[in-house]
Amino acid sequence: MKVPLKWLAEYVPLTLPVESLARKLTLGAAEVEEIIRTGAWDEKVRVGHVLHVEPHPNADRLRLVTVDLGDRRQRVVCGAPNVATGQRIAFGEEGARLISGKTGESMVLKAAPVRGIVSAGMVLSERELGLSEAHEGILVLPPDAPIGTPLRDYLGETVLNMAAWSNRPDLFSIIGVAREIAALTGAHVREPSIDYPTYGAPADARIRVTIDDPELCPRYTAMLIDHVQVGPSPAWMQERLAAAGMRPINNVVDITNYVMLEYGQPLHAFDATKIGGNQIVVRRARPDERLTTLDGEDRELTAGMLVIADASRPVALAGVMGGLESEVSEQTASVLLESATFYGASVRRTAARLRMRSEASMRFEKGLPPELAPVAARRAVQLLAELAGGQPAPGMVDAYPNPHAPVTFIASAERLHRVLGIDIPAGRALEVLRALGFEVEWQPPDSYAVSVPYWRPDVRIADDIAEELIRIVGYDDLPSTTVHGRTPQAIPQPARDLRERVKDILVEAGMHEIQTYALVSLEQLQRVQPAEELALTPPLRVANPMSAERELLRTSSRGSALEILARNLRVQRGEVALFETSVTYQRREGDLPEERETLTAVIGGRRLDRWGQPSDEPVDFFDAKGYAEALFAHLHLRPSWEVTEEHGLLPGRTAAIRLGGQDVGVIGQVHPDTAAQFDIDSDCLLFEVRMDLLLQHLHTGRDYQPYSTVPAVQQDLAVIVDAATPAHAVRAVILAGKFVTSVRLFDEYRGPGVPEGRKSLAFAVAFQDRERTLTEDEVSGSRRRIIARLERELGAALR
Amino acid sequence: MTVLPVAELENLRVQAEQDLAQVTDDAALEAWRIRYLSRGQGRITAAVEALRSIAADQRREYGQAVNALKRAVEEQFTARREALARRRIEDTVQRGRIDVTLPGRPKPLGRLHPTTQTLRDMIAAFQELGFNVAEGPEVEWDWYNFSKLRIPPDHPARDMWDTFWVDVEHEGERPMLLRTHTSPNQIRVMERQEPPVRVLVPGRCYRFEATDATHEWMLTQVELLAVDEGISLADLKGTLDHFAKRMFGPDRQVMLHHSYFPFVEPGVEVAVDCFLCRGDGCRTCKGSGWIEILGAGMVHPEALEGVGYDSRRYTGFAAGIGVERIAMLRHGIDDIREFYRNDIRFLEQF
Ligand SMILES: [Zn+2]
Repeated sequence: MKVPLKWLAEYVPLTLPVESLARKLTLGAAEVEEIIRTGAWDEKVRVGHVLHVEPHPNADRLRLVTVDLGDRRQRVVCGAPNVATGQRIAFGEEGARLISGKTGESMVLKAAPVRGIVSAGMVLSERELGLSEAHEGILVLPPDAPIGTPLRDYLGETVLNMAAWSNRPDLFSIIGVAREIAALTGAHVREPSIDYPTYGAPADARIRVTIDDPELCPRYTAMLIDHVQVGPSPAWMQERLAAAGMRPINNVVDITNYVMLEYGQPLHAFDATKIGGNQIVVRRARPDERLTTLDGEDRELTAGMLVIADASRPVALAGVMGGLESEVSEQTASVLLESATFYGASVRRTAARLRMRSEASMRFEKGLPPELAPVAARRAVQLLAELAGGQPAPGMVDAYPNPHAPVTFIASAERLHRVLGIDIPAGRALEVLRALGFEVEWQPPDSYAVSVPYWRPDVRIADDIAEELIRIVGYDDLPSTTVHGRTPQAIPQPARDLRERVKDILVEAGMHEIQTYALVSLEQLQRVQPAEELALTPPLRVANPMSAERELLRTSSRGSALEILARNLRVQRGEVALFETSVTYQRREGDLPEERETLTAVIGGRRLDRWGQPSDEPVDFFDAKGYAEALFAHLHLRPSWEVTEEHGLLPGRTAAIRLGGQDVGVIGQVHPDTAAQFDIDSDCLLFEVRMDLLLQHLHTGRDYQPYSTVPAVQQDLAVIVDAATPAHAVRAVILAGKFVTSVRLFDEYRGPGVPEGRKSLAFAVAFQDRERTLTEDEVSGSRRRIIARLERELGAALR
Repeated sequence: MTVLPVAELENLRVQAEQDLAQVTDDAALEAWRIRYLSRGQGRITAAVEALRSIAADQRREYGQAVNALKRAVEEQFTARREALARRRIEDTVQRGRIDVTLPGRPKPLGRLHPTTQTLRDMIAAFQELGFNVAEGPEVEWDWYNFSKLRIPPDHPARDMWDTFWVDVEHEGERPMLLRTHTSPNQIRVMERQEPPVRVLVPGRCYRFEATDATHEWMLTQVELLAVDEGISLADLKGTLDHFAKRMFGPDRQVMLHHSYFPFVEPGVEVAVDCFLCRGDGCRTCKGSGWIEILGAGMVHPEALEGVGYDSRRYTGFAAGIGVERIAMLRHGIDDIREFYRNDIRFLEQF
């Protein structure tokens, strides 16, 4: 809300510099987002009076203008066609800081000869004053502009642009802001006194008001004003409206807007002669009803929308916009003035549906108090009588089926202390609350009896009073204390613990953690997930996406990781290893989606050499597997790696990661076709682990095993097997051998000395007994049996 | 076995010493040892063993001479061995000098995402005050995200959180959304447990708003909630004061001022004194000397009653803190979009 200071000053004395005032409001009431200053001219720009205008001896289009500045006279050259004797104008003296009419840049006015005549000063245009782009003629001020006054005192305006809370409709009014300032600075509010003469038959004899739906319209007041002369409103009103950001239209409309800004109550003026049957009915729209609104749109109304109707048809959309037909025009003489209370949520819904949010609907939706309606109506009638020649009919038609009682309650000092943690002395509390308009009495031994002013519908309980007090008193005296008392229940977070552990392990292994967007495009998902899967459990869609790129709740994070990999590979020369722990969103019927915690890792680029420089070798499967193995080893898990195939990964270079017979993840080289879709033209790898499944396999409470101090016998064992036999099958047989405590593969070899289609695998095997040193016979016996089993089960031959 | 006359022993000693003097490396020393001192082959060993076959009358004299010889030669051998070892080290020092300024064999170096790092620090700060971590879903019901927090449908306060709605309809309404804040977890936690409650809820949130240097549609938040008998606004201030000092330095101070969130009463905005300009006014604090860091307040009694707590007995406070914003302030990051670009040139700086 834009609050012009000059207007504000009518209701409350403004004793503070504007910056201090703005700070006080921000800290205690609502944020002043901006202090807008128009006309920040220096004292060398003043109101002048044009004494005479004479031709320039050396130029046809220029004239010599003599200006009276009160304390002196000055003759200057002027090229404006509209300058004339008797005008009040804005005059810039030598040295004034202005905006150049030619360049638009800031400049300082200097005396200079113009066609032979020295001109010290200038009659100014709007553009030179920074008011608008108009530069054709000079700015002509009203005839009562005080001669010699600095222009900033006469024309300048300072406007506070204020945010307002959605529970405080009163802060959407200038009087509401004035009340806050009064409480914050210890001043008093001066509300306008409302009084006007009345004429003719009382309003309730001429018009009837019926509310069909008191829930959506708790109160409707109507007043009649005759002999209104529609025309422009006075300059001061137009200036105030413009400063507050509203366009002046005509005196009747301007008065309704003026009172809306002043009190926060939207009003609507109908041409009374266009209201059929002399009756107003507040009801819901009927099927197939239409209304042409003020903006000329013919609108179809839907059931549930609240309308203002006359005897036969809607004439306005309640709280949102009036109808074109009943609009006040130049021919209007009798005005029916509506000041009503509409249910906020209903206005908000209708305005949103029709995309017609307005100054009025924004106020209604915050829940206006019904008590405000008659106050604003009478204020507007007063102004119509004073400024538009109107003759008000006596009385007011006031439909108010269920009148509100004022909100009253008891707030105990104990409760206020309980909420705030400090005591506010009763004297100070009473002072603050009364300044805010509360009626409040101290009730010994420890209570306040509070009656809430009607304009504060947000205050209903003692805790609200606590806020009123602390925001005005200020929070600086609050001590900094800490929570104490009973120990809260511990909440185990195994999923989170695992996630953070996994991050630490992978970072330690050399990977960078990334975080990527949860919303993706269908196209991106299709690259990494098979079409059947996407069809079977379609990803959840956002109803109002910002773009097609961010439309679906991702069911896989692989695409996002590959996008980030691609981006980094474009600028990095060496290896790029990235991972993310994120959730994927799996649709569940009738419930929130399953948020499936997933680790996604991608590796690409070229290995680094001894110098940390990119080598010629691209990273391969085993670089990726190294990271994955580091992860599992840290977690004391020994997965098996089973050949598998997976959408988007290269067959023959893809493995399922299996724990206890369950697939917990997958690892593989990204299929070159898939990589190409992400603009990656080099080999890259990916692994993914389902963290929820991993969690099930974690060892908890591992028991310590004393280590053996008996020396182990180390032997190498090299066997030749079929090229297709997986190394881990051979290893498993060896590990099952008697006395064997560890088996490490240290070579895989194919080539001369090994038959075609076979390979040699070399293992370092440790034989050990917990209690004693093994004899040579025991070791060689075990070794023999292992070799026999390898021959029998895997067709292995000793190399 | 030849028995050398005592005089011959002296020749043997001279020869052994001459040979030893020629020895310049370990292999030659070992060859010398085998020739003179080894069991079986050594000439001096043999001379000692010959003692057994010497006649009793000569044995004493011979024995003294041969033992003296052995001792003397062994001493010289030991001295020679030590001298060789010393020379080897000296050689290493002399010839094996390396350039210690060469880089080490590189080990891969990864980094935690800056959001994770700041989030962990934030969590640690609150854990010091006894808060437990709890987590909740990112996709939420309108009910938890708004209604239970005193923001019913068609309430104007909904404008404070522009929302992504999930395209799932139920009786003409869309009840599912991407949570706009972590506050729904206040309700979820309180529904699960009785006071005392002291939790912090980290998590992703989503806002339907255009991105620029200071706005992202996806962000990380930490929600703070404490409910018990006797919890006051002063406790909130003290808790956040500790947080500010842990995140921005022990000299920091917090300032509370009025704000509004439907689910708290009183509601406050919390600012920390500007650690860049120390109050003089700069770009980061927009000249005010204070930087807004979070919104907070006392949990509204109706929100407590809504989960079945006795609001006359229990009070509580809640706060919501943007993690990226804190990270940006700590590290001087001026574009929030960097957090999701994940450029290594960005990530490796944290
Ligand atoms: Zn600063």
